[in-house]
Amino acid sequence: MTNAVIFPIAIPLTTAVLLMFCVKSLKVQKMISLVSAGALIVASAWLVRLVDHEGIQKLDVGNWPAPFGITLVSDMLSALLVLTTSVIALACLLYSFFTIDSKQASMYYYVFFQFLIVGVNGAFTTGDIFNLFVFYEVMLMSSYALLVHGGTKIQLQETMKYMVINVFSSALFVIAVGYLYAVTGTLNMAHLAVRISGAENTAVLTVICLLFLIVFGLKGALFPFYVWMPGAYSAPPAAVLALFGGLLTKVGVYSILRTFSLIFRQDVGYTHTILAWLAIATVVFGVIGAVAYRDMRQIAIYNIVAAIGVMAFGISLMTEESMEGTIFYLLQDMVMKTALFFIVGAIAYVAGTNQLGRFSGLLGSYPLLGWTVFLSALALGGIPPFSGFIGKALIIRAAFDKGQLLFALVVLLSSLLVLYSVMKIFIQSCWGEARGYEQKRVAPLYVPIVALLSLAVLYGVGAEFVRPYIAQAAATLADPSMYIESVLKE
Amino acid sequence: MEVVMIIVIGCLFAGATYLMLSKSLLRIIIGTGLLSHGAHLLLLTMGGLKTGAPPLLDVQAEHYVDPVPQALILTAIVISFGVTAFLLVLAYRSYQEIGTDNIERMRGKEDHD
Repeated sequence: MTNAVIFPIAIPLTTAVLLMFCVKSLKVQKMISLVSAGALIVASAWLVRLVDHEGIQKLDVGNWPAPFGITLVSDMLSALLVLTTSVIALACLLYSFFTIDSKQASMYYYVFFQFLIVGVNGAFTTGDIFNLFVFYEVMLMSSYALLVHGGTKIQLQETMKYMVINVFSSALFVIAVGYLYAVTGTLNMAHLAVRISGAENTAVLTVICLLFLIVFGLKGALFPFYVWMPGAYSAPPAAVLALFGGLLTKVGVYSILRTFSLIFRQDVGYTHTILAWLAIATVVFGVIGAVAYRDMRQIAIYNIVAAIGVMAFGISLMTEESMEGTIFYLLQDMVMKTALFFIVGAIAYVAGTNQLGRFSGLLGSYPLLGWTVFLSALALGGIPPFSGFIGKALIIRAAFDKGQLLFALVVLLSSLLVLYSVMKIFIQSCWGEARGYEQKRVAPLYVPIVALLSLAVLYGVGAEFVRPYIAQAAATLADPSMYIESVLKE
Repeated sequence: MEVVMIIVIGCLFAGATYLMLSKSLLRIIIGTGLLSHGAHLLLLTMGGLKTGAPPLLDVQAEHYVDPVPQALILTAIVISFGVTAFLLVLAYRSYQEIGTDNIERMRGKEDHD
């Protein structure tokens, strides 16, 4: 038992409180945010190291022993996700420094930013299903605030819908937790896994499992619950959108991954088949959207949907290899989607529009920007040395091993269409005669973009170095007894 | 007692669904409020109602009420109050800005500019 687990939650929380006291000076706010983001990365890297050396870390808050009190657990999966979140937080912070104007930023922007990180890290770390709900709410509350931050008409009307949908899904979450508590009499995830593996009445549990799938699917933008996303994500500024695209939906995916691998294993044949069908439908609808739109933002948003589908498909296969692939893909997707929204935001900034076709020939004046689009297209499509490849390859191999040829082919085909959809941005904005854009200073924006892209490339090229960590995370998921033991024993 | 609660919860959910399907923002917000109240009551009922003494450390009782749902419901109520307050402020602000509380008219991007 160590306190290392709580630092990824405590650091942004303290920072947020601290920031509230210095709203007057933007400079001080930026300084504090930057220092805290750096500290967060250090703390989460230390956590990954600790989990690697000493096994799963847990903290019984207030010293109440595991199934009774609140437990924070960090296994390799959550430690890696927390580390990725910290990196993304730093990148988004840098991007916000240059893109969010000072009037808007002084209205508690960085405070909400930090609270969002509290929610995301908390959701990744908690070992208790009710606290998952609480951290979800922390995250959602700050996301409402960030979404409406700036108060334009489009933001107001889209936030309204986004909020109503999320309030509804939160109520559903409470209902699902209530049912689960009635059936099992516990809320600690490890304890739930034990109780459910010995349960007799599995039919009720299957219903509860599907209720949770609806809740997490709504947050994670699974088909048919992704309908809120294109609208809501078209409203906020690029920095906020990148933060959302990188983190929010991935928390939903993480929750599905955790609950479906740890708790709801009682009727895999039924529940995971439903998940697989939904996943494939998500992939299909995601790529259709990505190919259909001429709006760069919408293309990027539908790319998120397609990627969520691939991950959910990996989860539904439930083999160690597919879990490994899912984690590989999840981590790279968080980084790449953030980078993609940065790039789209930068292009929209110089072109003044999100619509493709109204401008072209960016490559002449902004060669670096053009080539980053090209690189991210390759990475998102999963072209070999880049990062998207390994995850997809593992998932598809697992699918072939399980004999799900059709689904595997759909995922393969979708990669091509994803590649096409991002390449479309490259071709239509970068090639041709130079028209429809202005000369603006974008050099500061390159810092987070290039940093994230090189991270993604390194992640792909150096997959051999990352793999032991991922394999460790996948092993815990494939065999939950390790997780259960380290939470309940001691 | 549980049966009465179930009927109440059912009525709350039905009312919430009806209100949330309407076009007026205020009705939708009241609907979400009712929905979360229903969910909270459900959470409370799930632990079993009044099965013995209150769950206090110094009461020596064979049977006592499960304290967990009460702790959970307290958290959930606080959260739903916060969200509802935010929702009301947002609705007021968007009514000022957009000039309508009809959710049907809150569509599209350029329509209102």
